[in-house]
Amino acid sequence: MRSVHALAAAALLLLPAYDLASAGEPKQGGILRMYHRDSPGSASIHEGATYSINVPFMPVFNNLVMFKQDVAQNSVDSIVPDLAESWAWSSDNKKLTFKLKQGVKWHDGKPFTSADVKCTFDMLMGKSQQKFRQNPRKSWYDQVNEVTVNGDFEASFELKRAQPALLSLLASGYTPVYPCHVSPAEMRTKPVGTGPFKFVEFKANESIKLTKNPDYFKKGLPHLDGIEFTIIPNRSTAILGFVSGKFDMTFPTEVSIPLLKEVKAQAPNAVCVVEPINVSTNIIVNSSSPPFDNLDIRRALALALDRKAFIQIMFEGQADIGGTMLPAPGGLWAMPKEMLESIPGYGPDINANREQARKLMQKAGYGPDKRLAVKVATRNIPIYRDPAVILIDQMKNIYIDGELDVVDTAQWFPKVARKDYTLGLNLTGNAVDDPDQSFYENYSCGSERNYTNYCNKEIEKLFDQQSAETDKEKRKKLVWEIDKKLQEDVARPIIFHGRTGTCWNPYVKGITVMVNSSYNGYRYEDVWMDK
Amino acid sequence: MFAYIVRRLALMLVTLVGISIIIFVLLRVVPGNIVDILFDAAGFVDPTDKANLEKELGLNLPIYQQYLNWIDGLLHGDLGYSYVSEKPALQEILPRIPITARLAALALLFSASIGIPLGVLSAVHQGSKLDYTLRVVSLSGLSLPSFWLGLLILMASVSLFGTMPIYNPNPKTWTEALAIYAVPAMAVGFRSAALTMRITRSSMLEILRQDYIRTARAKGASETSVNYRHALKNAILPVITVIGIEAAFLIGGLIVTETVFNIPGVARFLVEALRWRDYPIVQNLVMLIAVVVVVANFTVDMLYAAIDPRIRYGD
Repeated sequence: MRSVHALAAAALLLLPAYDLASAGEPKQGGILRMYHRDSPGSASIHEGATYSINVPFMPVFNNLVMFKQDVAQNSVDSIVPDLAESWAWSSDNKKLTFKLKQGVKWHDGKPFTSADVKCTFDMLMGKSQQKFRQNPRKSWYDQVNEVTVNGDFEASFELKRAQPALLSLLASGYTPVYPCHVSPAEMRTKPVGTGPFKFVEFKANESIKLTKNPDYFKKGLPHLDGIEFTIIPNRSTAILGFVSGKFDMTFPTEVSIPLLKEVKAQAPNAVCVVEPINVSTNIIVNSSSPPFDNLDIRRALALALDRKAFIQIMFEGQADIGGTMLPAPGGLWAMPKEMLESIPGYGPDINANREQARKLMQKAGYGPDKRLAVKVATRNIPIYRDPAVILIDQMKNIYIDGELDVVDTAQWFPKVARKDYTLGLNLTGNAVDDPDQSFYENYSCGSERNYTNYCNKEIEKLFDQQSAETDKEKRKKLVWEIDKKLQEDVARPIIFHGRTGTCWNPYVKGITVMVNSSYNGYRYEDVWMDK
Repeated sequence: MFAYIVRRLALMLVTLVGISIIIFVLLRVVPGNIVDILFDAAGFVDPTDKANLEKELGLNLPIYQQYLNWIDGLLHGDLGYSYVSEKPALQEILPRIPITARLAALALLFSASIGIPLGVLSAVHQGSKLDYTLRVVSLSGLSLPSFWLGLLILMASVSLFGTMPIYNPNPKTWTEALAIYAVPAMAVGFRSAALTMRITRSSMLEILRQDYIRTARAKGASETSVNYRHALKNAILPVITVIGIEAAFLIGGLIVTETVFNIPGVARFLVEALRWRDYPIVQNLVMLIAVVVVVANFTVDMLYAAIDPRIRYGD
């Protein structure tokens, strides 16, 4: 227990300490062996919505820009050129122009040009003839009017209004540049990129193999000869594989806190870190139908939560309390503690909160003799089911009797999209620690991922205001205000933000686990092995 | 006998057609298809894109049309394309069959070679310490879930030898190759070995009480001859039935074992394909399993006739 706490503390407080692990002159060669938690549906990052795709395929590609891979906290300040040589905003902040690197080749030998940039983003915006089968991040480019090119090595994003967050979205692991000459169908099975590693083989349910790109445009990189992923969906088997030395590292952020103790016990030399993953566990409340169309009942629910109890039971104390945006120190946009504690339900006195909740329930017509019975829908997997059970237990304190309604994964999203639930326990992951990604996706009226049907036109105006704000400090204050209002409206009560572990053998150098994203840190061009 | 075989083969065909219809309909009745899963997991549903994909995969056709297309393809050796990997279903399924077949064969071999002799021993020494010990062993075999036993084996292997027998497509030594299959086969075969042991024991006990066994002993036949030539030969019929049924049921155990030992066989692949509602893979794999079960039953019946001359089918 003490060692895990120590690990967490080291991970959170001494982020640059990773650099110590990667100190020394990198050695060339070696195959990095890793297990993969499941078989990704395809190899096409643009068509995916899970880091099961980013982790193995991000090394195949490059972005225009990317988050610096050895800086744990993603921010605009840590964005570096990738396929772009440089970038510049126009004076009105409505045009973002990239000068592109010359002499870059796709893995099949064809030259990379600005046409590839244009066709990638035209496809993402749904403007080209070639279509993605599914395009989950189309809304990221809502403010982009057009992508224009000037010669072979300059591309510009022309915006409807200023949107400083665009650069962060372009730096995400979810935003690789695709080649124009390869169809989206081929990219699902045999991806062609410009990245440090070339795709070799993807055997569904078995393995994914990448090999070094000897013609990589970043001289001297990558250090490894290749990366091999063995697909092992059974977590116990996978962890045993790591401790027995069959793998050099675990699948990133897949070691739960209780499992971490096992790993440390069986492989004491392993380097393990515990980091936030920017995934919140939250309650989705169907506010469009009774009883949760009543704001009093929603507020009572928020007041009943004992977040620390959730965190103690599930994470042995290692998770974070916050609003919509990831809490500090990992998160960049978190409300100050005093502001957070002023929101109903976030105050430290749980008994007082619950007393207030009971009064609200009584006002709505419920009490010890007339309890409210609700079904709590959730997915039939432990990370969903376990907190749902705790939630049901906590709701008993305010005259609500919950009944667990576990739903098959294949049915979960259709059920939620149909709004066929009263109360649900949900997990929401954010690809980029930026309010534009989180607010529009989860809380704007009519958004497909706005599972709760929450719609507040006043807040929508604030969404746009913060999105267009170029002064970082001013934007931050707007974001806090929005986040506070979202919690007060009980749009989607956030219970906690989880943390998970990643382990690797000490001879693996140059691994940095991102602290505010689970999607952006898998290029692996700097990774090397000291053996 | 010939007429019986022909009748059985015809019945097998009817059974398989029936199974194919049930599989097909049930799969379509299960809520959610791959398009739902792909789109909804992405949290973004563009109705036009969704409709386009349904059309591309032929999921917009009436169910009978989809069924006829599948059967037509099957008759022409075309199993369709996996919706997930976009590779031919045959190309996906075929390399996995030998892996599961090896595992299943080893498990059955383990089951028979352990279960039958120990069952005989237990019956012959009824009431002895050996009998009680073997009965406890068989009871534990029936009680322990194969995934738990599998994990136990893996943990023991890591603790004792610092390695673990998980699947490797290119084993370097023959011992490694053997461990890849033999250890999981033991984990999955332990349950059926226990069952075989119990059936052999009870069947043997029944036979050993028969008059002709007493006669054989009275005529001075040795204990070995009585136990193995006279008794076991007649006690083996229900054991063969059990082994036949176990062969059919083995796939269930193999799903778990292949998952725990990370063996890329058809059993684990089936579960993964079901998760994605990858119909071409699921329906063809379930059909394959149905064929195996039907053929296993047929083989058991034929073995009956071969072993016991009193049985004269069709006479």
